Amino acid sequence: MMSIGKKLLRFILVILAVTAITFLMVNILPGDVSYLIGGESATTEDIQDIRRDLGLDRHIAVRYVEWLGRMLGGDLGESYLSGEPVFSAILNRLPVTIELLVISQLLALLLALPAGIFSAYRSNGFTDRLINTAGFATISIPSFVMALVAIYLFSIQLRWLPATGYTPFWEDPVANLKSFVLPALSIALIEWVVLMRVLRSDMISTLKQDYILMARAKGLPPWKILLRHALRPSSLTLVTVFGLQVGRLLGEAVIIETIFALPGIGRLLITAIYARDYLMVQGCALLITIGYVSINTAVDMVYGIIDPRIRGARSHAG
Amino acid sequence: MNSNPAGRPLLRVENLRAYLPAGQRHVRAVDGISFTLAEGQTLGIVGESGCGKSMLARALMGLLPRDAVVGAGARIEFIKRDLLRMRARELRKITGREMAMVFQDPMTALNPVMKIGRQITEVLAHHLGMEKQAAHQRALALLGLVGISMPNRRMGQYPHQLSGGLRQRVAIAIALACQPKLLIADEPTTALDVTVQAEILNLLGELQAEKEMAMILISHNLGIVAGRTHATAVMYAGKIVEQAPTDFLFSHMVMPYTRALMEAIPHLSSPPHTRLREIGGQPPDLIQFPSGCSFSPRCARVAPRCREQAPELKPGHHPNHWYACWNPLDTP
Amino acid sequence: MPGSKHSGGLGALGWCSLVWLLLVALSAATADLWAIPPFDRMDWDNLSARPGTRSSAVVLQTGADAEKRSYVYWLGTDTMGRDVVSRLIHGARISLAVGLLAPLIGFIGGGLLGCLAGYFRGRFESLVVAAMDVILAFPGLVLLLVVTFYLGPNLFNLIVTLGCLTVPAFSRVARAQTLVLRDREFVQAARLTGAGHFTILLREIIPNLLVHMTAYGLLAAAFMIMAEGAISFLGLGVPAPTPSWGGMIAEGREVLDEAPHVSMVPAGIMFLTVLAFNLIGDGLRQRKERRASQL
Repeated sequence: MMSIGKKLLRFILVILAVTAITFLMVNILPGDVSYLIGGESATTEDIQDIRRDLGLDRHIAVRYVEWLGRMLGGDLGESYLSGEPVFSAILNRLPVTIELLVISQLLALLLALPAGIFSAYRSNGFTDRLINTAGFATISIPSFVMALVAIYLFSIQLRWLPATGYTPFWEDPVANLKSFVLPALSIALIEWVVLMRVLRSDMISTLKQDYILMARAKGLPPWKILLRHALRPSSLTLVTVFGLQVGRLLGEAVIIETIFALPGIGRLLITAIYARDYLMVQGCALLITIGYVSINTAVDMVYGIIDPRIRGARSHAG
Repeated sequence: MNSNPAGRPLLRVENLRAYLPAGQRHVRAVDGISFTLAEGQTLGIVGESGCGKSMLARALMGLLPRDAVVGAGARIEFIKRDLLRMRARELRKITGREMAMVFQDPMTALNPVMKIGRQITEVLAHHLGMEKQAAHQRALALLGLVGISMPNRRMGQYPHQLSGGLRQRVAIAIALACQPKLLIADEPTTALDVTVQAEILNLLGELQAEKEMAMILISHNLGIVAGRTHATAVMYAGKIVEQAPTDFLFSHMVMPYTRALMEAIPHLSSPPHTRLREIGGQPPDLIQFPSGCSFSPRCARVAPRCREQAPELKPGHHPNHWYACWNPLDTP
Repeated sequence: MPGSKHSGGLGALGWCSLVWLLLVALSAATADLWAIPPFDRMDWDNLSARPGTRSSAVVLQTGADAEKRSYVYWLGTDTMGRDVVSRLIHGARISLAVGLLAPLIGFIGGGLLGCLAGYFRGRFESLVVAAMDVILAFPGLVLLLVVTFYLGPNLFNLIVTLGCLTVPAFSRVARAQTLVLRDREFVQAARLTGAGHFTILLREIIPNLLVHMTAYGLLAAAFMIMAEGAISFLGLGVPAPTPSWGGMIAEGREVLDEAPHVSMVPAGIMFLTVLAFNLIGDGLRQRKERRASQL
């Protein structure tokens, strides 16, 4: 287990690597921006002028450091499409993506908790095997298919919810939450499997403990034992995975936001890609990646703090 | 088979069999146990590890593993009700309330992430419907009853913050919370330091007398039941092989196994480095039963008949003395 | 793996999966030989036609250009009147190419790196682990999008990028297993008899890695197919006119209310294929675990 200091160091190094790779991708690969700006009729001299204007004729390391400096100051350039500064465009969209991730993870937890608890309680029983099979089948469904199925069922057939559309929270909280139900469900209906498996595994171990037998000896009914005695000790891995999944879901968010037309970062990225808005693509990719790395590092560090304390407590008593 | 004819019968066990599945076969954990217990009496049950005494305790409490099979002719009659024929919900009203259990290792028996106070009050809330405040007060009183000082402080602590002896006292407090008529103590001192063992056993004795509670004291050490129980049953391979009022058992035991257990007790008066007398051989595999007496492979007095036929419980020289042996100690 | 309790074969589900995958692979390989319409031939009379629609004037890819035959659209047509069966079979080529070749890159590249890192340890191992961590730092889908954006969306770029993304996971599997194996008796024995590193790696270690890696590879294949589907769904995968399952699903979106089959049929096929890979991969993994515990 690394110390927190080492983890922090690794975090910084990874961020640097990420920024370097992102920067290099734009500036080394074919498809030079200057040609794009110059257009088809540009002469070699025109291109050279453009390159000088953009500062592309200097050494790449110099340009990287400059770019890094600008980035840290919040300047990621401007969208070639809308002229909007990339950084503020991203910040504006960030809350939507965060809301989507939070709601979908909570929904996934809502599905995973009873499924995990019950399958652990009656492990290898009929319900357990049913849940296991359902889970196995579900993770073979990609999220965009799940989204379409959800739309077909709830939007088209049942007409309960709109397929697309977004209302900001401060305008109309209810409509806002409604616009997140289908998108969050599309993600949650797949994510619950991972959470359920982890919870089930931990809970099966917990249920073998003596203090569960003692809780039975107190005459407590099974549901009280499961929820009050068994759930807390079994939650550690669940909480950790929960945190890690949020990072991974950033990728899913891209697809889901596009399908449901939610104005989040993911959709911003896709729109920028369609429009070949280089700077926006770069900015989005960068910030999404940094967010992903940060979340993973944070979860990793938090786990490192919680775990030894519990380990310490167990060894002290045992 | 009354252990004390004077008291009213509280618990009557008849032909209790409990089989646990082990792969394709079954483990005969409890293999035909019968005994009676009167109100306020203490019964000691002694036997090696693996003889089925813990399973017996669990069977009495209704805590067998879900895949365990109980023999059809078995009966557990507690205050006139057959526990084996009760529905689970009804049984849970008795478990922890009129019949309670103290486990062997208080460290693993107490929930490590739940405060001590909560582990006591939840029993009070569940069985007696007590409100938070009332339950809290009663829990403090219980902690005092079992001899824990600074009960207020202890209420908010976690099990790992207490010593082994204190933890077991807490477990006893939990068991006594609803004033049960029967307390089953399954090796209550085995996991504790020697110095603490006597304290806990004395505490149990005092509480029992005070509350007029019946008690079943289970141990692998015959010395523990001496002077603390009215009657003692010796278990081997899921069966009772000898049973008698405790004093009589110690002076007039006839079953070789009982004698072996007796000799295995370490004595403080022995010179230092006295080798402990072991009982040779291994406890029997409860799946593969040898024919005849289960103890025959290890018995010093084994006779040919012992290997062929399993002995039944026969009355001995005292009205409440029973034993199962073809070649008892009082025969040449 | 649900349903397989025997320690022996794959179980009924496993065999069904294998059969299905072979079916898909075979269809994809022989796509041009089938008596079906060309995948880009539009039938304006039968737009978004239901499965089972019969048409009397269809040109098949095996027949002459003007020859019109009677044909049943077994799985219907899409929004532009193109035969779903035909597009599925041709689209299978993309999906299977990505699904099999991308993990292959990870298998060989990642497997080699992980194996060598686990065997030689020291600085080399630290370097490999650090490099893998950097790759893992990127959220996969985003990286895929960005790379195909900059490099251009063609099949080659897609396979290579996805392949590189799987390298860390394969290297982890290989390294973990190598660390266990190098301390086993037979490796020690081989070293004592004076075998060189190369021989040991080749004879003792790598063969034992193969099962683990294949099990993981199948699971990776399942994931790759879904990833390719997602990219094509967004319109950022292999460009038209080549059909792909993801693209077909996307095209069916606009008629989801009237003709759900246009999206759901390719979705179902993709689901079955992904499920098949998952079932076999998981089954292999369980068999390996079961055998390990008997050791």
